[in-house]
Amino acid sequence: MKSLAELEAIRKKTVDNVNQRTDRTTTRIVVGMATCGIAAGARPVLLAILDEVKKLGLGDVSVVQTGCIGVCRLEPIVEVIRPGEEKVTYIKMDAEKAKKVVDEHVAGGKVCDEYVMHIVDGHVVNDYTVKHD
Amino acid sequence: MEFYRSQVLVCGGTGCTSSGSNDIFAALKSELVSKGLEKEVEVVKTGCFGLCELGPVVIVYPEGAFYSQVKVDDVAELVEEHLLKGRIVKRLVYHDAIEDDKIKSLNKVGFYAKQERIALRNCGVIDPENIDEYLAFDGYKALEKALTQMTPQEVIDEMKKSGLRGRGGGGFPTGLKWEFAAKQKNDQKYIICNADEGDPGAFMDRSVLEGDPHVVLEAMAIGGYAIGANQGFIYVRAEYPIAVQRLEVAIAQARDYGLLGKNIFETGFDFDVEIRLGAGAFVCGEETALMRSIEGERGMPTPKPPFPAVSGLWGKPTVINNVETYANIPQIIYKGADWFSSIGTEKSKGTKVFALGGKITNTGLVEIPMGTTLREVIYEMGGGIPNNKKFKAVQTGGPSGGCITADNLDISIEYDTLVAMGSMMGSGGMIVLDEDNCMVDVARFFLDFTRDESCGKCTPCRVGTKRMLEMLEKITEGKATLEDLDKLEKLALSIKTSALCGLGQTAPNPVLSTLKYFRDEYEAHVVDKKCPAGVCKALMQYTILDDPCKKCGICAKACPVGAISGKVKERFVIDQDKCVKCGVCMEKCPFKAIVKK
Repeated sequence: MKSLAELEAIRKKTVDNVNQRTDRTTTRIVVGMATCGIAAGARPVLLAILDEVKKLGLGDVSVVQTGCIGVCRLEPIVEVIRPGEEKVTYIKMDAEKAKKVVDEHVAGGKVCDEYVMHIVDGHVVNDYTVKHD
Repeated sequence: MEFYRSQVLVCGGTGCTSSGSNDIFAALKSELVSKGLEKEVEVVKTGCFGLCELGPVVIVYPEGAFYSQVKVDDVAELVEEHLLKGRIVKRLVYHDAIEDDKIKSLNKVGFYAKQERIALRNCGVIDPENIDEYLAFDGYKALEKALTQMTPQEVIDEMKKSGLRGRGGGGFPTGLKWEFAAKQKNDQKYIICNADEGDPGAFMDRSVLEGDPHVVLEAMAIGGYAIGANQGFIYVRAEYPIAVQRLEVAIAQARDYGLLGKNIFETGFDFDVEIRLGAGAFVCGEETALMRSIEGERGMPTPKPPFPAVSGLWGKPTVINNVETYANIPQIIYKGADWFSSIGTEKSKGTKVFALGGKITNTGLVEIPMGTTLREVIYEMGGGIPNNKKFKAVQTGGPSGGCITADNLDISIEYDTLVAMGSMMGSGGMIVLDEDNCMVDVARFFLDFTRDESCGKCTPCRVGTKRMLEMLEKITEGKATLEDLDKLEKLALSIKTSALCGLGQTAPNPVLSTLKYFRDEYEAHVVDKKCPAGVCKALMQYTILDDPCKKCGICAKACPVGAISGKVKERFVIDQDKCVKCGVCMEKCPFKAIVKK
């Protein structure tokens, strides 16, 4: 049973974790894990990220799952929010790409341009489907 | 496994193929071999990117260089300059692509620009299995405000002032419903969340339950306080296992923090919630059938009046609200009714979540203020129709709704405007149809569903849906007459006025709506025995064209029912009586000599 004061304390403490603006102090990696994400293969992505973060011994990084982000066809989606940086949304991820994102962006600070949304005339072009003749 | 350092995507969609992308694909492959790059650079043929006017389209990764209107003669330069030397060929790059920055954050994209996320505000942002994250974004502050600073009547007045209407499809003013229940004098009352979401193509409620389960718990507690109920039930369909699991976690966490249970916030208010699972019946989304199901009876609707607010679950005053309705309530209480009623239109306040599906580029969920137009939803947020196909209609409201045509795309989305068009808001499913959809087949599909889901209690629905389905099947098989169309319409109208519950009353809607706007398609099926969209199998014929046909006999070998006869180097003919319209012959023909008409 928590008192109103205790709840308020929890709020203050957690706000920094969930805050998506640039004034945060820790890194947050969010993986879409609603039915859309899971159906698209988000579980291996989540596991790969957790694995790599542990392997590199990265501190101040929280990896969380979330619900449906909204554009279900771009799943698996991974969002990276680093202190002082704008949120970066990676789309159509897999375990290999996720590992690279942790290595290069989360640890190294360099955004992996090839995995963000590439938009031309309002169309997301890097969510292509391969045609087999 | 090859490790490629670069990937070249060549668009193989219809538009680009007709401008020669197949030749570019072949030229790229051979040019890479001649330069010795075939083990380092992969060439991939893809589906349509959606930019058909700029075709043929070639994209090179990892740079993301977008080349447009590429010609076969450009291939040598592309390989030499870009793939070998690493220098982008500027003259071929689509000019806007150079200025278009790589959009990093999803929030900046056109998809989100016109959305106002109220019901979905936490979805995709918080971890739904962590109550602390819900708390961080003002979670349970509305409940705190209601219990410690407001009386039950004040809560109800705030709900009435907000103008919130039921988001499950009925559109009944929520505040009024709560007031009816609050006025009843009884020692036991209940509050229920309808999480059955039976409409095919609707997944708004599922996303709220999977992404933000606490918002429903908080709203139900507020509702319980307002009407005087201390027991809530969440009736969730068993086909949503992840939603059920997340709800169970949320309930356990809320109980642990004392936000559910006895004496919440030391105010003396008790409230707890239990989950009840559905078992696959669409009719149990109807409120009276839902209550019978919770009681352990067969899910069959009962007549109204008495309304649930007066006599509901086990005969006690009961309020039933939809998941999305609940998702709006904590913010209404916390931020105030005036804030909520400033969004939307005069008669339809707030926002609505739509599940975009069907022939649309951006399938997913959009939450928009009431009053947004269908055109904005489909073309700006939805990204339009893929593969450069033509828009035909949009089906709103699932099997209870109707279709809206291109002429009416600029109407503002509100409860009353959609009803005036012969459709309805429904729960928010929006299925987009293009030129390749047959409207008769769409009506048949929905009727098949409602007939299957009919509980059977009342004759108009039990017999009526079956008869309507039989007539629609007759039409799609080319066996109907114009008289049958009139019979169908008359039957549909009479079922509407005589069925016991919403399932039967609205089952004829897809039929009436498609008959109104697409009568020509029905007549083509009936009079010409043709399906203009090319969908109804019985009306399609596969024919071997004599000219491209090289008399090789591959089709005859492939035919699973032996319907193709002929001799090699002579004519081959399909026997239409034997043909089962599977299409394998057309697939296997190497000369594209078989057509479907």
